[in-house]
Amino acid sequence: MAYRSRSEHRPWGEQLFGGLTLAAALAILVLAVLLGYILADAAQPAMHKFGWRFLVTSRWDPVHEVFGALPVIYGTIVSSFLALLLALPLSLGIAIYLAELAPLWLRVPLSFLVELLAAIPSVVYGLWGLFVLVPWVRDSVEPFLARYLGFLPFFRGPFYGVGMLAAGFILAIMILPTISSISREVLLAVPNSQREALLALGATRWETIRLAVLPYGRQGILGAVILGLGRALGETMAVTMVIGNRAEISVSLFAFGQTMASLIVNEFSEAFSAIHTAVLLEVGLILFLITLTLNILARLLVWRVAKGMEGASGQ
Amino acid sequence: MDIEANKITAVIGPSGCGKSTFIRCLNRLHEVMPGARAAGEVWLGDIQIYDRGVDPAVIRRRVGMVFQRPNPLPTMSIFDNVAIGVRLKGLEPGESLKEIVKESLRQAGLLEEVAGRLHQPGAWLSGGQQQRLCLARALAVKPEVLLLDEPCSALDPASTLRIESLLRDLSREYTIVIVTHNMQQAARVSDNTAFLYEGELVEYAPTSELFTNPRSRRTEDYITGRFS
Repeated sequence: MAYRSRSEHRPWGEQLFGGLTLAAALAILVLAVLLGYILADAAQPAMHKFGWRFLVTSRWDPVHEVFGALPVIYGTIVSSFLALLLALPLSLGIAIYLAELAPLWLRVPLSFLVELLAAIPSVVYGLWGLFVLVPWVRDSVEPFLARYLGFLPFFRGPFYGVGMLAAGFILAIMILPTISSISREVLLAVPNSQREALLALGATRWETIRLAVLPYGRQGILGAVILGLGRALGETMAVTMVIGNRAEISVSLFAFGQTMASLIVNEFSEAFSAIHTAVLLEVGLILFLITLTLNILARLLVWRVAKGMEGASGQ
Repeated sequence: MDIEANKITAVIGPSGCGKSTFIRCLNRLHEVMPGARAAGEVWLGDIQIYDRGVDPAVIRRRVGMVFQRPNPLPTMSIFDNVAIGVRLKGLEPGESLKEIVKESLRQAGLLEEVAGRLHQPGAWLSGGQQQRLCLARALAVKPEVLLLDEPCSALDPASTLRIESLLRDLSREYTIVIVTHNMQQAARVSDNTAFLYEGELVEYAPTSELFTNPRSRRTEDYITGRFS
């Protein structure tokens, strides 16, 4: 009985503590909603003036107050998918090695190292990109691509170093730890019974990974990829430093580009007219909504694998 | 310990006595656990399976296994679940994958229940059906020996009886080793029984003899339920 009465009349200190932590937790939710609301509210004039045309026109002219976001939307999508293309195979390789193949003594330090990559400040990546990556892209990668793949429209034009390709490279390095560490967790969550099912049939390790482990974790890996994509879409500093910052659509990856994030960071300090500010805020709102949606989707996918796929038994 | 061909050998003993570890040594699956170690010899016909140069994958094809919990591959259809082992091994000339899958499902007593929906996911089946699917998967690669590690512990009594009667039919073609913590099951299905206790083989005898007239005191205590 004493046991019960304690839970019914909790001491006020405990109630206060519970209330405070609840308030802290709710504050996050309120903050997110408020952020979205304020962005939407402040972007109102721009939405009103340009409507849906804003998303599909390409002229960006602050002087005449004509704005079209297509080039930055294009730049964001292209640089991010380029990064994904470059980072995915490597990340999967890292994840498979760390989760399935690496000897035990190597797993912990190596996983730690991969996650450490995510802790490097973005501006440091940008500096490194500007002084190491860009010259390498200009002097080696772009001439190589132009010579051997120059028949494709993606690899034509002068070699600046700075541009879409460099942005893709730097983003790839930055999302590598995200994709590989989450994929690794997903693979570790695959029940052993799945591996044994294949091994007991005489499968090799690679066959076991390919036929049992990866298919079982595929949704979670997709989630990891989407999280990486979300990070690439929103990444600002490093991209701004290497992409060239010109809001133009060009098929060639050698050309300068601009992303939504780099546009905002480049122009907010010079946005004197009300409409210019509103336009930048609208770009911010679009970016906010895209990354929010992608992150929710990705978390759901990862979470589904981690809690075990429905219908599949095993432990 | 000699495991007789085309007979059912049961391995019994209290939890943690090493039944599963023992049976997993017979197809070299034990060694995939990190930190696992195996010593001694296991002969399959005239091959010592732990000899240098013996490929564990080849052994595992000759010694099939069904696990405690049904573990169909959830992303594959019923057909692919059964076919996977054959696909890994490669078809012999003149064999038809379709025929092998059907024959294996028939042997596992599942064909009638799944006929016409072979291309649905294997994970949609009931627990008992999933376990028979795993049995069919093991049979499809035509092993000589079949290991079963408490195959009925996650199943209801009806599914359990179903599997037991299948095992009796299968023992005409296969050598079967079954781990069970259920003594009635061992008494019902097996020809020989081994009693393991704390990692040690205490007694190994024909089932009727071991259960009615055990030689060891510990066996007697265990089968009469004095400890478990």
